[in-house]
Amino acid sequence: MMDARVSGQRSLRGVAVSPGIIIGKARLVDRSKVKIFYQYLISDDQLNREIERFKEAVRNTQDQLNALKNGMPEKLKGHAFILDSHLMILKDSMIYDASIRRILDDKINAEWALKQSFEEIRQIFSQVDDEYISTRIKDVEYVTERLLRDLSGTQQESLAEINERVIIVAHELSPGDTSELNPSKIMGYITDAGGRTSHAAIMAQALQIPVVVGLESATRLVQEGDLLIVDGSTGEVIVNPEEEVIIEYQEKQLQQEEYKSSITRVSHLPAITLDGHTIAVKANIEFLEEVAAAKDYGGEGIGLYRTEFPYLKSKGTPGEDELFEDYKEVAEIIAPAPVTIRTLDLGADKFASGPKFNRETNPALGLRAIRFCLKRPAIFKTQLRAILRASLYGKVQVMFPMISGLQEVLDAKEILAEVKDELDREKVNYERKIKTGIMIEIPSAVTMAEVLAPHVDFFSIGTNDLIQYALAIDRVNEHVAYMYQPFDPALLRMIREVVRAAKNAGIAVSVCGEMAGDPLCVGILLSLGIDEVSMNTRAIPLVKKVIRSLSLEEIRSDFQKVFELSTANEVRAYVRDRMKKLVPELEQRGYLEI
Amino acid sequence: MELSKKIRISNDLGLHARAAAKIVELGRQYKSQLFLRKDDREVDGSSILSILTLSCPKGTEIEARIVGEDSEAFMERLGELLGQKFGEIK
Repeated sequence: MMDARVSGQRSLRGVAVSPGIIIGKARLVDRSKVKIFYQYLISDDQLNREIERFKEAVRNTQDQLNALKNGMPEKLKGHAFILDSHLMILKDSMIYDASIRRILDDKINAEWALKQSFEEIRQIFSQVDDEYISTRIKDVEYVTERLLRDLSGTQQESLAEINERVIIVAHELSPGDTSELNPSKIMGYITDAGGRTSHAAIMAQALQIPVVVGLESATRLVQEGDLLIVDGSTGEVIVNPEEEVIIEYQEKQLQQEEYKSSITRVSHLPAITLDGHTIAVKANIEFLEEVAAAKDYGGEGIGLYRTEFPYLKSKGTPGEDELFEDYKEVAEIIAPAPVTIRTLDLGADKFASGPKFNRETNPALGLRAIRFCLKRPAIFKTQLRAILRASLYGKVQVMFPMISGLQEVLDAKEILAEVKDELDREKVNYERKIKTGIMIEIPSAVTMAEVLAPHVDFFSIGTNDLIQYALAIDRVNEHVAYMYQPFDPALLRMIREVVRAAKNAGIAVSVCGEMAGDPLCVGILLSLGIDEVSMNTRAIPLVKKVIRSLSLEEIRSDFQKVFELSTANEVRAYVRDRMKKLVPELEQRGYLEI
Repeated sequence: MELSKKIRISNDLGLHARAAAKIVELGRQYKSQLFLRKDDREVDGSSILSILTLSCPKGTEIEARIVGEDSEAFMERLGELLGQKFGEIK
């Protein structure tokens, strides 16, 4: 966001998303375009050679794409279609024939001809009044880039191939990129784009590596091989630090590591406030493989089990037995603690390449999550059957996402009842008293909380989406990411309302957004009456530590004051100030900066 | 020989990438050339990109024109393909 020259070293500040300090060498990952040059060719001989060179590049790219396709693991075969369409684009007349014609007619080099063909296609696509189709230009761009790389002899490196301890510097990392990262090799990464809750940021927390995003100009200011200090707690990145700065950060680093292991050692113990209130601290997980870590880090159950992955990895929808096996295993491992399985929350950002579901101009406001499930009861029922069957193997709760009003609750519960009837008829056993809850993440559900509460067993407040929907901001958009503020007074009032409605109806209420795992937010959530929080596994030890340092009675009166404040910044400043006094360690460990 | 036929796009997703790809694949089996026209724009039916730029959501009426010796067989299969809604899963 800003950069100031201090002698030879330079410091940048971005958005801190995943704490920890790393000191290491920069590795610039070029996700941007291949640089192309213009060349005018004179003789026919030259032109023929140029055409041959182009054709050869097409053949090479074809071979690469075919190799990729054949090398796909069985599970991902459903995505092979994308590669098929890339193969088709490669030989499409608008690319292939058009480029050859340009080489001949305009007497230019293959790169330039291809680039022009691409620009023409982009021009035509940009006029198509259909967002799904106009965004397919990405596929054309991808193919063009591959071809250009082959022509110019450069290859896009796969992040999976990076085998050194380096700090990745990139303009932006795609979900594909982050999934290739090997956290035991890569120290961390910094990006120009992104906000606290962008994909790159969320992945960072999952990978547990220090990350700073939203630096805006890191790729311009950092050179390959520069020494970097990245402080994922403060958002600070120091390029080519001076000796004494390095020593200072090495010390900080050591302290942080010692602190981390000290709090993790006691994390299996319950989180009891100074005045004796026990707060349930649970883990959010997405994969079966994460359950063990959730337990290790002291998670008292799974507060949010995201179930989208099996739907994303294959064509069509996964079968009941496949889902059942997953759910059963999670339930068994975490038992006797509960697992809350959130039903399919497909949508927007997670379905970028699935033309089947995603043809909406505004997917975040479109057919997704519970709306999608109610529209496609067959898919929904398969999942509910799997959840119900798994309910015998532990303590399973079911949760519906993206509820906007009572009708959806009633409809979803009716389908659940139908599924139960079906199982009864088939004499398939399940836990009859399975608890049913809803996510509160749409402002209308907040307003209607008191109406919804009597119909469910619990509320879980999904602050990530709630903030986005309440403030009308897209958290992936680097220009408005700054507005994504858990301390926004509007959000705090919403949480207060939801808790009140839940308590009046005598149902449980928890928070499962990132806010729950933010040590700075713990106090305010508790003061609002939240007694269950669920978060990224790695955040559990510190949150428990903070809870143990607070007295509920004290913070209740303390944080009453925030409702007299009217901007997010005021609230933040106030909360920071209070938390600094209540939990001095937070400041010492650099957590108050985030 | 030249054949023309009006066809209504009936699959839910319209002529999206996968459907367009199927049309292109089909065309590769024939010597005849396919052109697709929507309103006053006609595009090359062997180019997936061209087909996409026609932008045909469900319900669009397009005209298929096939020129060449095996146009009849081609048209028949094209009709079938569109009739099957490209094997789209409901």
